[in-house]
Amino acid sequence: MVVLRRLASALPSIAGVIVVTFLLTRALPGDPAVYFAGPAASEQAVEEIRHKLGFDRSLPVQFIGYLKDLAHGNLGNSLSTGQPVSQELLTRLPASAELTFLALFLSVSIAVPLGIAAATRPGSWIDHTCRIFTTAGVSLPVFFTGLLLIYVFYYRMGWAPAPLGRLDIYSSAPPFYTGFYLIDSLIAGDFETFRAALSQLVLPAFSMAIFSLAPLARVTRASMLAALGSDFVRTAKAGGLSRARIVYVYAFRNAVLPVITTLGMVFSFLLGANVLVEKVFAWPGIGSYAIEALIASDYAPVQGFVLTMAMLYVLLNLGIDLIYSLVDPRVRITA
Amino acid sequence: MRRREFLKIAAAGVAAAAYIRPVNAQSRKDTLLTLSENGPNNLDIHGVGTNRPGYEASWNTYDRLISYGVKKDENGNDHYDGAKMQGELAEDWNLTDSSVTFHLRKDAKFHDGTPVTANDVKWSFDRAVTVGGLPTFQMKAGSLEKPEQFVVVDDHTFRVDFIRKDRLTLPDMAVPVPIVINSGLAKKHATDQDPWAMEWLKNNEAGGGAFKIDKWTPGQEVTYLRFDDWKSGPLPKLQRVIWRTIPSAGNRRALMERGDADISIDLPPKDVAELAAGGKVKVVGTPIENAIQYFDMNVTMAPFDKVKVRQAIAYAIPYQKIMDAAMFGRGKPMFGRTGPLTEIDWPQPSPYTTDLAKAKALLTEAGVGEGFETVLSFDLGAAVINEPICELVQESLAQIGVKVTLNKIPGANWRAEFSKKTLPFSANVFGGWLTVPEYFFFWNYGGQNSIFNVANYKSAEMDKLIETARFEPDPAKYKQECLDFENLAFEDVPRIPIFQPLLDVAMQKNIMGYRYWFVRQLDYRQLEKV
Repeated sequence: MVVLRRLASALPSIAGVIVVTFLLTRALPGDPAVYFAGPAASEQAVEEIRHKLGFDRSLPVQFIGYLKDLAHGNLGNSLSTGQPVSQELLTRLPASAELTFLALFLSVSIAVPLGIAAATRPGSWIDHTCRIFTTAGVSLPVFFTGLLLIYVFYYRMGWAPAPLGRLDIYSSAPPFYTGFYLIDSLIAGDFETFRAALSQLVLPAFSMAIFSLAPLARVTRASMLAALGSDFVRTAKAGGLSRARIVYVYAFRNAVLPVITTLGMVFSFLLGANVLVEKVFAWPGIGSYAIEALIASDYAPVQGFVLTMAMLYVLLNLGIDLIYSLVDPRVRITA
Repeated sequence: MRRREFLKIAAAGVAAAAYIRPVNAQSRKDTLLTLSENGPNNLDIHGVGTNRPGYEASWNTYDRLISYGVKKDENGNDHYDGAKMQGELAEDWNLTDSSVTFHLRKDAKFHDGTPVTANDVKWSFDRAVTVGGLPTFQMKAGSLEKPEQFVVVDDHTFRVDFIRKDRLTLPDMAVPVPIVINSGLAKKHATDQDPWAMEWLKNNEAGGGAFKIDKWTPGQEVTYLRFDDWKSGPLPKLQRVIWRTIPSAGNRRALMERGDADISIDLPPKDVAELAAGGKVKVVGTPIENAIQYFDMNVTMAPFDKVKVRQAIAYAIPYQKIMDAAMFGRGKPMFGRTGPLTEIDWPQPSPYTTDLAKAKALLTEAGVGEGFETVLSFDLGAAVINEPICELVQESLAQIGVKVTLNKIPGANWRAEFSKKTLPFSANVFGGWLTVPEYFFFWNYGGQNSIFNVANYKSAEMDKLIETARFEPDPAKYKQECLDFENLAFEDVPRIPIFQPLLDVAMQKNIMGYRYWFVRQLDYRQLEKV
């Protein structure tokens, strides 16, 4: 019930997103009809294409048409790839999500222990390591890290596979269950594909992890410092509890809330903003899809992308709120 | 799970992963891996907004009636021969003054096994002249305009009636547009709203070409298989072609240098120059016929309305610097001709060289000796080439008192902007499929206001020469007319040519048989891995 009410409160924002994306894409500079008519088209050819695409009709008429299609779950057709947008998003979202999840997993498993270690020994070498990592992580642009990793591990050493997307050319995609190649290949029992998919994932996931571990490690360190300096930890120490119990059970559990908030932020940010990593690694994700569509003034995919992202954000916020209430019983969800 | 257990399992996993490695060595020899920046957006060249990679997909999977022969270019590489027409689906043809009759191969089949008949040809040609957009427009360039022109004589005989005598009619039937589609298959997927099956053919191929599409993942990959029953030419050596879209140029280069990919087009000039110098891979650069990179000056806007000002600018372009520092030598210079024009093959080098003193003098003669300010616009979509060129020009023009501001226009916007024809000074490139000079001049210098005449150049003399040349039967007169309009273009100089761009293709040393085609994409039929 609470969940439903919470979801309902997101409806106005989604309606707003629909209107704004529609208007914004129309306000984009560039004329799709001219673009798609090709370099040698006459004025008349451009007009024919404009008519075919429906861009010669008035904005309200176009908008009503768009809403009608949307109600049927039809997000329109992409002009640059020629495919239905909903289908493209469906195949590309898992690619982005798989990469993002793995990056996030890597980054959490490095950042949180690092943050805790730095907070428990402030001023030590590990604290300095943490500082170097976080500073380097935020100051190195993702595409640069990506290119550097490719240069070193693929071009120079030859350890990593060629940056050719989700699979090398001699493997074929596993049967579709979730769209996550790692999971699908395991379900199909195809370990060769699993290995191929994993080896393609390593470099892009690390370049994203290096970028995202910075905010996580910092927040972990800061909130751990605050928790370790608080009264209940002093009491626990005075009570003679073991150090591990104090740090991991009492302090960490109290310090984890801001970490989860940051995690949510980092996740949504990574999902949408990993365009550059996707470009560098020829990753067929939604970020690169949206950028290509923007460059070509291809309205339908841009609208579809923004709408999908808006939905994801709503779900993500809901998920984070739910996790909050699990971690900290004092937090209650209210609409 | 305990930590120790976890480590054990992880170690076992790594060991297992190392053990299982795909070994597929022998199929690699028959499989070609090609890379490009973009993939096709449509498998149908008649489709709305089909992009250039789409031409490659169509070119290799559909046959045309006729094609061109092959010759060696000046560097000894294979080059299609515009002067030699040869049959593809047609075994031979009879050309008369009023029509041309094609005799189709009797054993030719489509990919689904149905025989190719004249009805398929007619359906396909009718489609091309009816659906509008690029195909209809391109057919018109060869005076192929109405379905009534296309006549089925019998199952294997097809006639095209001329509506006027046009020397481009036959060549126009060998460009990528007039493909022969399996009309029976396509009609099954046609609807009342979509009688030409545009929707279905966008994602499905219904051809009879040397390769058939195995799988197309838009934006990522196309895989082709050889069509073993292909009869329109010698059977290709490759059995499988995999075409991956790799957006980052640096990665395409890395993949080539590491030997993981076989062939790549669309590499930036700097990478091409370094790859060629590195010696690990073969690089073939072919001048793109009928194409020029140039600057346009809008003759309707002051001070470019004065011929002397335009000539002054033409003398102030740092030509050689552009070739060296921006293009890394990947282009054919189109400046500094010393003698008079003797050949008509377009493009020809202009008589201009970098001569700042002369430029300054011409500006003074034109009454703008103190210089002026102007805006130089270019397409950000081709920024790799345009940006350094325009910066060099900015620097050079400053020395004769002309202050240039750069205006970078995003790719999607570029066409709309330059077709407004209000840009005073702009950098651009043009290339045509058909190589005759009057075709280029019709589009670029003609007074009928084609969108490529960004300079708004209009000259009664020029128009008359182009029009006469197009339908001139006498070769000697034709040559003189072409020379005249070419000289006029250099004299009035609304456009300053810089260089003829190259189609650069990088390939591994074991790739043989690469042939340049005016489509500026790859033809897999002649390629082979040795």
